[in-house]
Amino acid sequence: MASTTTTHRPTATRRRKQAAAAYLFIAPFFLVFTTMLVVPLGYSLYLSLFQDRLIGGTSFVGLDNYVQALTDSAFFGGLGRMAVFLVVQVPIMLGVALFLALALDSGRARGSKALRLVYFVPYAVPGVVATLMWGYLYGRDFGPIAQLARAVGLDTPTFLDSGSILGSMMNIVTWEYVGYNMIIMYAALRSIPTELYEAAEMDGASQARIAWSIKIPAIRPAILLTVIFSVIGTFQLFNEPSLLDTIAPNAISNAFTPNFYAYNLAFVNQDVNYAAAIAFLLGLFIAVVSYVVQLGSARGERKQESSR
Amino acid sequence: MKKAPRTALAMATSAAILGMTLAGCSSGGGEDDTAGSEPVSQADIDEALQTPTELTFWTWVPDIEDEVALFEAAYPAIDVTVENVGQGLDHYQKVRTALEAGDGAPDVIQVEYQYIPSFTLTDSLLDLTPYGAADISGDYVDWAWNQVSSDEGIWAIPQDIGPMGNLYRSDIMAQAGVTEPPATYADYATAAEQVRSATGSYISNLPSNDPAQVTGLLWQAGVRPWSWDGDQTVSIDVNSPEAQEVMTYWQDLIDRDLVGTDADFNDAFYQGLSTGTYAGWLTAAWGPIFLQGTAEATSGQWSAAPLPQWEEGQEVSGNWGGSTDAVLSTTENPIAAAALAQFINHDPESTALFANQQFLFPASTELLADESFTGSEVAFFGGQKVNELFAGIAETVDTDFTWLPFMEFVYSSFNETVGTAIGDRGDLVGALDDWQAQIVRYAEDQGFTVE
Repeated sequence: MASTTTTHRPTATRRRKQAAAAYLFIAPFFLVFTTMLVVPLGYSLYLSLFQDRLIGGTSFVGLDNYVQALTDSAFFGGLGRMAVFLVVQVPIMLGVALFLALALDSGRARGSKALRLVYFVPYAVPGVVATLMWGYLYGRDFGPIAQLARAVGLDTPTFLDSGSILGSMMNIVTWEYVGYNMIIMYAALRSIPTELYEAAEMDGASQARIAWSIKIPAIRPAILLTVIFSVIGTFQLFNEPSLLDTIAPNAISNAFTPNFYAYNLAFVNQDVNYAAAIAFLLGLFIAVVSYVVQLGSARGERKQESSR
Repeated sequence: MKKAPRTALAMATSAAILGMTLAGCSSGGGEDDTAGSEPVSQADIDEALQTPTELTFWTWVPDIEDEVALFEAAYPAIDVTVENVGQGLDHYQKVRTALEAGDGAPDVIQVEYQYIPSFTLTDSLLDLTPYGAADISGDYVDWAWNQVSSDEGIWAIPQDIGPMGNLYRSDIMAQAGVTEPPATYADYATAAEQVRSATGSYISNLPSNDPAQVTGLLWQAGVRPWSWDGDQTVSIDVNSPEAQEVMTYWQDLIDRDLVGTDADFNDAFYQGLSTGTYAGWLTAAWGPIFLQGTAEATSGQWSAAPLPQWEEGQEVSGNWGGSTDAVLSTTENPIAAAALAQFINHDPESTALFANQQFLFPASTELLADESFTGSEVAFFGGQKVNELFAGIAETVDTDFTWLPFMEFVYSSFNETVGTAIGDRGDLVGALDDWQAQIVRYAEDQGFTVE
């Protein structure tokens, strides 16, 4: 026993030293992670258990805020709206992104480097600018789309009334994030060993067949990543409704999206506590939905494997 | 969130307006209710104003540094830092956040009339009475002074006001055969019909997102949609018969497509004003200058008149906009801060500068009576003495309109209910009921007793 300790001592010391170095290296991250994420999160959890009234001050109310939120039609209205958004917009956006990524990857498109950049530019445009720009494009009186429609004798299309605003917003978000998702998928496509589809090509498989049977299955994890990002992004929509609110104040209600609702609760209604509860429920909801998506896809994968 | 026990002082802020005495109604605690009411001797004031002091002033008024420079020239020991932290809700959010945090709050803030009660409710404003504010109470238009003061104290100094009038395109009106500005709302409806059929223009726009303008119109009609006793009781009556009457009137114009219902202060609205989509605008005293910047090409074609009246022969108006300067009770330099708030809004040179450089419509009666201000003939309005007209209107604003201590919610709720009904050309009177219900629910949730 004693001899083992002596022979192992140098290694143990080195190991300990290495461990210390490792901790030292991750310390900055953990410091920022703790102060900027864990502490504020804990604080909002704490806040969400209180009620602060203009008359009567602060009192501990336990889970009352959560109970109220679970019966709040405005909150669920926002969630429902985002569910529609998710079901309609995300497949379109990811479908277009996948198509573009495959097109670029096929090498058939000329100037693919330039194209890649062009598709990616909207993502580089700040969301604020993008929304303002689309606000102008959608404009009823002076927007180019409206002017064009009138010039060819059509009725002025309305993009910004309460019936069409969700669709208009889907369009803005799609435009903004197609390039971003495309880049993720494209990067995954580039990492597929070329031997795989050279072999398929030799066997006489068409490009469409290669894409469907080799490329798409191969980049499944990347696609799943974009789906999860999109789910989270959708339920957290804030910039677009907040900015469109100034352009189309009647089409965007205070609870248009859950995040916008939490913001309005905190800063207009001055109900920070309830806003914290809403934010927490939203976070929980997103976690559950993301997990379900991941689970569903994992099950799908297993089924595919077993059927092979 | 810390909330000190409310004192009689703070709770009774607007009791004067309701003629109620509230001493003893408070929930106890009295340590901090002397801060604002201790007499301050002239010697103390003189000494403080000669002691090197640094003040921070949060305001969105452009180039207000010029008025502040006049103050610094008069009191060289005091150094003022002007910071613009945003306008409207952004500004108030930041002030409230700083107050909550207990650190980083400025000494002096810009605050609009309707938000003063929300700050007195939380004991956040310094009573300016001991610092000489009582001596200048007669120097501002009555109703503006009523809005900044109560029996319990003086909470802010008025800077500018927005008494409402009717700006209209005289050329479009003439084209439709309307040669005189409509004297009553009945005339206004008739004129609206003529203008619409003869020129295709709307006589004006009733915005779907502007609670402040609609409140001004209700104010003119004698509607008292809400009141607060300065303590825990509010009364809410936004769907009163009088308010319904006003909304029924506008409903009729909207249903007959005689008035626009677009959101205001966006591109489409500016274009509407400059291209004649709207032949007029029921706006405030700051409107004439605003319009000159927005609809430059139509210079010389505009005229100004008082608002149409509900009864023939009346002369009543409401107010839309304007703001004040207040001192936060957390300030460490109350004397210097109070001096700043008073000086820039009382010194004749400073108030004249506000009126002539920033084009703020003055709350100071001296300036409103000053020939050099009222006498100017404005080419944009065909040489009309617009300032004189609005100075006259300022006298006709009803004096006993008050605000709730949570106007942010009230206004946001307006947009969700009445505003949406206007924009969708829906049921305005029904929307008043929804607005009422939302405000009542919020007030009860916040612990107020709703009468």
